[in-house]
Amino acid sequence: MKKTVFLGTLAVAGALAGVASADTLADVKARGELICGTNTGLTGFAAPDASGVYQGFDVALCKAVAAAVLGDSTKVKYVPLTGETRFTALAAGEVDLLVRNSTWTFSRDTDLKFDFVAVNYYDGQGFMVKKDLGVTSAKELDGATICIQTGTTTELNLADWFKANNIAYTPVNIADDAEGQRQLVAGSCDAYTADASGLAATRATLADPENYIILPEIISKEPLGPVVRHGDNNWGDIVRWTFYALVAAEEFGITSANVEETATTTQNPEIKRILGVEGDLGAFMGLDKEWAKRAIAQVGNYGEIFAANIGESTPIGLARGLNAQWTQGGLQYAPPFR
Amino acid sequence: MTDSSDRSIAFARETMLPAREPPVSQRGIVRWMRENLFSSPMNTILTLLGLGLIFLTIRAALPWFINGVWNANSLAECRAIIAERAGPDASGACWAMIRERWHQFTFGFYPPDQYWRPILAFGLLFAAIAPVLFAGQKRNLMVVIAGVAAFLLVTLYLASTPLLAFVFAAALVIVLAVLSQTQPGKLMWFTVLYPALTFYLLWGGSIWEPVTAMFGFVIIAVTYRLLVERIGVAVSSAIGVVLAMLWWLFIDAHVADALASALPLALPKVNSDQFGGFLLAVTIGVTAIACSLPMGILLALGRRSDMLLIKTLSVGFIEFIRGVPLITLLFTASLLLQYFLPPNTNFDLILRVIILVTLFAAAYIAEVIRGGLAALPRGQYEAADSLGLDYWRAQRLIIMPQALKIAIPGIVSTFIGLFKDTTLVAFVGLLDPLKGVTQIVRADINWKGIYWEPYIFVGVIFFVICFGMSRYSMSLERRLKRDHR
Repeated sequence: MKKTVFLGTLAVAGALAGVASADTLADVKARGELICGTNTGLTGFAAPDASGVYQGFDVALCKAVAAAVLGDSTKVKYVPLTGETRFTALAAGEVDLLVRNSTWTFSRDTDLKFDFVAVNYYDGQGFMVKKDLGVTSAKELDGATICIQTGTTTELNLADWFKANNIAYTPVNIADDAEGQRQLVAGSCDAYTADASGLAATRATLADPENYIILPEIISKEPLGPVVRHGDNNWGDIVRWTFYALVAAEEFGITSANVEETATTTQNPEIKRILGVEGDLGAFMGLDKEWAKRAIAQVGNYGEIFAANIGESTPIGLARGLNAQWTQGGLQYAPPFR
Repeated sequence: MTDSSDRSIAFARETMLPAREPPVSQRGIVRWMRENLFSSPMNTILTLLGLGLIFLTIRAALPWFINGVWNANSLAECRAIIAERAGPDASGACWAMIRERWHQFTFGFYPPDQYWRPILAFGLLFAAIAPVLFAGQKRNLMVVIAGVAAFLLVTLYLASTPLLAFVFAAALVIVLAVLSQTQPGKLMWFTVLYPALTFYLLWGGSIWEPVTAMFGFVIIAVTYRLLVERIGVAVSSAIGVVLAMLWWLFIDAHVADALASALPLALPKVNSDQFGGFLLAVTIGVTAIACSLPMGILLALGRRSDMLLIKTLSVGFIEFIRGVPLITLLFTASLLLQYFLPPNTNFDLILRVIILVTLFAAAYIAEVIRGGLAALPRGQYEAADSLGLDYWRAQRLIIMPQALKIAIPGIVSTFIGLFKDTTLVAFVGLLDPLKGVTQIVRADINWKGIYWEPYIFVGVIFFVICFGMSRYSMSLERRLKRDHR
């Protein structure tokens, strides 16, 4: 440890500017471990369980990438990142991949020099109110006090939307979701606004969920997705296509249970290409033939991941909505594997 | 005459009457209440208001505590149990969350089969600071070591410690107990070795890493001993530090590797990202407290120095660090340093945070000690000079003991503040007990919506630790006060 201290000091003295390595794939393979930036704790998306193992919808994507690249979905080191530290950690090369319910915006993509390689969850900002407030639409919230987390895009969205609809509101600043829930229950604010997925989870854990409703208006677009650094396009491709392999697997009915069987029996040439039975798609990205097969086998397809972590059978109970397959009226649409 | 007077006076009392009790309003509880609670109309009103407030608080909080549930698997279950026991409108605490997650509040993600290591390190911490706190007082030393032994016996048993480690701990405690009664001065050596031992226990890996790292300090000590007579304190320590640096930078790792391959003694390695909860708070707090005191003393002396360069550097350091909020320094540790380090350097985040927290505390300690130095009468300095003591001897034997004694309350309150400030590391994504662990517990759908319980649990533990520090400082002040009676 001492040694690292002094090496570190020396390095600072030498002012060696850190430039993240350009070949993330080689780094990850050499390390034998994927370093994945996650949320410090977000219900259903990323949280350690009682034994300290990270679980969740975002975490599953980290696992899938590890399975594709390293062959083992458990070879992931999770770095919990706060809203403030996430992008710097990624830019400085502390993490290989950031899957931390981060909204894809223009400035993050361009100004911060990141690539949002896919959208694994289409979210949007909504409102939750007490039923006895008698409000059925967000447009009736004129003059309401609204609980809102400070320093987030939700705060800006709220201001924009109320201005556009020419109604007034009083913001009540809160620090985190637990406080928002508390203030709403205590009646300190009339409405609580946050991402709709978070509102659903919050409502599910209230003592009397039947007395609260989530208003139908979704006032913003929050496409959440995995983020990588600019400049290492091959690594971006790997993350992107690992995700699309999971989406395509659901479309073609490949599940973690039947993936082996499908690989031997299928006649569909695209499934054969995905599972590495025919052609060698993985080689274009520096991976082996069975990268996608391993990802599907070890973490399941997109639908399975959704159902296991945040779907309607879980206490969070999110409907697929925008996140359904394009064939079901949703937006999840994997480009062809060809 | 005596006769007649006997007759003329009908009655004469020959013994004193026993003193009558004072009236009810002037004694016992009534008097106490009159004096302390109802001495004037204003105080009467305030007392009644206060009693009313206490009553309201208790009425609101007591049922919540009484209805507390310890056995449940989720918040929903807790609510069901409370509703069943106390009626549908009752509220109650859900302590079951603490029951299920206490190990994360205590150890973070430290591997459960290795819990004995932090426990042992924590127990030995008291044995290590006892010689500093109670120098030479055999009775107090024995009390502390007996306490450590009892604590370790129970907790190590509960943590199902491997037999070998248990025997090692027992042997160590017995040796310390014997030493404390025969040669209490020698106990200091354990204090000196303790950081290396703890580092090894907490992080694991090869035993030779801390051993060779400690050897660097041996180099400093030997160089100092050899050269101090000839070239003075400052230069000889500087040469020692340079030699030790060379050792740490270029030789240390090779020797450690060679020794490790010759005699592989290792504990399973635990990474820093597995640290969390109170383990993290205590690690950061204790390291920063231990390192910041000597640094603070040097800075305080530097600030009062006549040498321009040293004075300017000390003042610059102190004023810069004190002028910047701790959170800024933490963000520097977590974000900025990464940009200056070479790519792929694995410079441990906890270590970075410890270093900056230490610097932060050192700047405050320096000012507190400077206050102590300033309070000493000028005569003390002159007396030291007139005895022919050189600068360092004068500081060590005359100035510092008095200055530190004056500064004790300030030093301890800085330490208490520092220990509580360790919770701020949550902002850089470390798992502090108050926010970090609470957040991951709340992210579990089973416990989402829980609010007061984790805060109360963590708050009580912080209170116990800080209150202990404050009581110790008060007793220390009383003990050192003799000359000013």
